[in-house]
Amino acid sequence: MSGTATTRRATPFSYAVIILLAMLSLGPILVMIATSLKTKPEIFSGSFSLIFMPTLENYRAVLGDSQNARYLTNSLIVATVSTFLTLVFGCMAAYAIVRFRFFGRDVVSGGTLLMRMVPPAVLTVPVFMIWTYEFGLSNSLSGVILVYTAINLPFVIWILQSFIAQVPPALEEAARIDGANDFQVFFLVVLPMIKPGLAAAAIFTFRIAWNEFILALVLTNRFTRTMPVKVSLFINEHNIEWGQIMAIGTLIAVPPLVFTFLASRQIITGMTAGAVKG
Amino acid sequence: MPSRHGLNRASPYFFLAPAAAVALVGLVYPMLRSVWLSFHEWSIGTPPESARFVGLENYRWLLADDSFWISVGVSMAFAVAVVILEVVLGVALALVLDRDLRGTSLFRTIFILPMMIAPIVVGLIWRFLYNEQFGPLSQALKALGLPGIPWLSSPDMALISVIIADVWQWTPFIFILALAALQGLPASAIEAARIDGATRWQTTLYIKLPLIAPVIAVAALLRLIDAFKVLEVIYILTEGGPGLSTEILSLHIYKTAFVSQQLGRASALSNLLLLIVLMLTLLLVLARSLRERRAGKE
Repeated sequence: MSGTATTRRATPFSYAVIILLAMLSLGPILVMIATSLKTKPEIFSGSFSLIFMPTLENYRAVLGDSQNARYLTNSLIVATVSTFLTLVFGCMAAYAIVRFRFFGRDVVSGGTLLMRMVPPAVLTVPVFMIWTYEFGLSNSLSGVILVYTAINLPFVIWILQSFIAQVPPALEEAARIDGANDFQVFFLVVLPMIKPGLAAAAIFTFRIAWNEFILALVLTNRFTRTMPVKVSLFINEHNIEWGQIMAIGTLIAVPPLVFTFLASRQIITGMTAGAVKG
Repeated sequence: MPSRHGLNRASPYFFLAPAAAVALVGLVYPMLRSVWLSFHEWSIGTPPESARFVGLENYRWLLADDSFWISVGVSMAFAVAVVILEVVLGVALALVLDRDLRGTSLFRTIFILPMMIAPIVVGLIWRFLYNEQFGPLSQALKALGLPGIPWLSSPDMALISVIIADVWQWTPFIFILALAALQGLPASAIEAARIDGATRWQTTLYIKLPLIAPVIAVAALLRLIDAFKVLEVIYILTEGGPGLSTEILSLHIYKTAFVSQQLGRASALSNLLLLIVLMLTLLLVLARSLRERRAGKE
């Protein structure tokens, strides 16, 4: 945000507006974190307050429950493995689309855009049926990993294309002249050059897989459940343990929040790129 | 480099193979299966081979079903409301804040936080905020001496409450894009208008807004497509209720399939939702190519 000749100077009013907006964005998240650090009487006291003695009791209760520990582990496995697979397969496919002219190229690149738009709810019924009755993948983590890899691939392929296109072809030519084959060129020359793109893509896929709910709800059982599924079951119990459920919510929110602070620039690029270029 | 040329020809297919295999198994085949299933009647617990072919019966049933049309109406109302509110608020804020502010990168980071956390967690947060006994919103109203609002318990209010949560989460998306577009405008155009004696208001209305309109149009379409995908936040907040007042299509699919266990009908429903999203996507492609053509001319 450089100050061009036309950018007006900031006034106290503009600072007041932007600080108010920041408070609006942060407020509800802080309410969750604060509630997760409160005791039950404090939550139900009838006067919400941000001043209280924080307690880790809710976290102790949540993490002390072996089921929750298992669901957190499941979430972690599913998100990590599917992110890894999506990145490996995605960057190879993106390379093929950017650097090679081949039969079916337009179909592939048009198809990635269309498939990016498929609502997960649309996949629930057929994937449930196929995984259960044809592939024998129901209630397994591999089943969830497979569908997460599939839904994330189109986005990763698309975002990596622009990074690969920026690698100077002369570098690849030089490697070829030195006797490298296409695969050596890709893994030894191109991949190291697109590390920032891979990082951005990794953050996006991890986040989507970590946050995903409806497919996991349909495809898992009480052993293979992920954390978001656990939340949905927990909140429909009669006496909602607000302290504990907010602790779970905070635990689920931590990885995306950490990523955001570590790599906000890449995230904004990835998030807004869809609107800026096709 | 002996077999270079032979390898070269086949290389793109080797590079594509793993991704293509996953996409075929995990996306293309399920969608074909969904089309197949929409012409059948099948119940959970029986092998798919036992499904009975019913032709267009599922679609005919859907089109005659009131709850389907209610759900279509809810989806449309939700999508249109969130897109309009988010675009108006986001663009207005961008115009107000298009200034040489310090700390903008920190602010931007804060603004994207609601979009980054899991939708299921967003649902949790708002369900707590909306709680009529001890939720912070109700308490604030009480402290001001105002009557309580039945945020999630009245059919009229529930849809509005669900819309508010989405506006909280996604307005920053439009705001960030609009601000970036404004700050990327050529200084010369705005200078020229000013020299011609345009007021600040006229510059905004006749120079700035038309110049950022293409970016905003594409962003609004992206939001519109996303609005038809929303499921988690509403699932946690209201589960579609009270009654059917917040039962958007994606939730209606889930309930038809896994609560009423009518898989064939749920597939027909899925295909209709997919059709809506695909049409919006084509519109998006069109909007982008129009914009690129316009950008090319300048």
